[in-house]
Amino acid sequence: MAELPLQAPSIVLDQVSVCFEGISLFERLSITIRAGECTCILGPSGCGKSTLLRLVAGSTAVPFKGEMRILAEDPAQAKVAWMGQDDLLLPWFTLLDNILLGARLRGEVTPQRREKALGLLKAAGLEGYAQSFPGTLSGGMRQRGALLRTLMEERSILLMDEPFSALDALTRLKLQELSADLTRGATVLLVTHDPLEALRMADTILVLSQGPARVKSVVSLTGRPPRAVDSPEISKHYPVLLGELLAGEAS
Amino acid sequence: MKTLRLLVLAAGLISLWQLLVSLSGVPHYILPDPLRVLVAIGKHWTTLLRHLGTTFSEILLGFVLGILMGSATALTMFLAPVMKRWLLPILVISQAIPVFALAPILVLWFGYGMASKVAMAVLIIYFPVTSSLFYGMQRTQPDLLELARIMGGSTLAILRHIVLPSALPAFASGVRVATAVAPIGAVVGEWVGSSSGLGFYMLHANARMQIDLMFAALAVLSLVSLLFYFLVDHLLDKLIFWESKQGII
Repeated sequence: MAELPLQAPSIVLDQVSVCFEGISLFERLSITIRAGECTCILGPSGCGKSTLLRLVAGSTAVPFKGEMRILAEDPAQAKVAWMGQDDLLLPWFTLLDNILLGARLRGEVTPQRREKALGLLKAAGLEGYAQSFPGTLSGGMRQRGALLRTLMEERSILLMDEPFSALDALTRLKLQELSADLTRGATVLLVTHDPLEALRMADTILVLSQGPARVKSVVSLTGRPPRAVDSPEISKHYPVLLGELLAGEAS
Repeated sequence: MKTLRLLVLAAGLISLWQLLVSLSGVPHYILPDPLRVLVAIGKHWTTLLRHLGTTFSEILLGFVLGILMGSATALTMFLAPVMKRWLLPILVISQAIPVFALAPILVLWFGYGMASKVAMAVLIIYFPVTSSLFYGMQRTQPDLLELARIMGGSTLAILRHIVLPSALPAFASGVRVATAVAPIGAVVGEWVGSSSGLGFYMLHANARMQIDLMFAALAVLSLVSLLFYFLVDHLLDKLIFWESKQGII
């Protein structure tokens, strides 16, 4: 299992405005992402969910006004790990080397890290594929690899941008469970367009509206994720969330 | 299967050549038949081999130097955008000047020896190598670069582990073009001024109306150029194992 710091930081966006080519994506948007929880950002296509994630990641491609703070006891904990929709596995590296990519880029590959990566591969049911190249793996296996690479970074903030959207339904459910298990204790910001995924994975769901985005509603969920597909909480909130998303798309 | 296809192709072309000679009645001092060329190769093989050594050395040296210089330019343009603004126009202008027109000047500057032919080969392959590597590096997936930046990778580490491998398939296309055109540079250089090499030997045989020998030199040059191309192509395929490509044969 990944060793995540006990005191995960929280993220505060205070009066954040983002404008791209004259189009205002966010206008004085204020959000607080609670420490050690999984917060899902749900919203219609193009409302700025991914931009929000990139902003938290400190991307230079997202110039913004306002303030973005990561409240951590130790500045080292304010670092983030990223997982996107594409697995972004490097085809010239083996799966093991891909999981060790961060360490390799920082020149920190040690036998201990290698051991840890092998342990993660085992936990994810990929122990026989350490030396396989991504091109020989299925979509689900590749995405599991991408998840392990994210966890290998040992960051207490995980930013996940529609990480399972390209997978088939069954693989997606399995990976949601694996992800919820392995990221427990970290501050997770998960962007998704799937209300079912949000309800299974999140402690809190923020529904964004479009242009400029604002927090339309907040759904606080009880119980430990991942929730079963037929859980009462999902049955209760799913139609409401779907209705909100449909209304957002229509507008 | 690939070898068989190559052999069938070669046999087909030689048969076509033989058929053309037999049916057209062209005299052998204009177009010798394949057998006559084969006999010429057998008769003069030591001389051909000696001249081949010179030409192939020029090709190989030009190829290596061209790739090194092209790669250095591409890296400079990629790492220093200021340099790109200065170097890119020069690179484009260099392609606007016909390289063959420069051959006499290069012979004048570098002499009748190997240097002028190597310079020709370098000039002819410099552009495809530089542009393929530079644009290959520029086309690195932005999300990959973002991921590497978030992971805290240094510029050098990102270049080594992400940008350069990403650019390899595009670079390989440039290197394949370079492999095909490097012999042209060397031979044109020999035509303009030299005392050895297959290009020189072809002119020498032509002047003495030894057309079969001229064709023999051409056949040897073509064969070696083809072998060189396939060797480089094979090595590139091994190097870029993750890219599936449709071979030309």
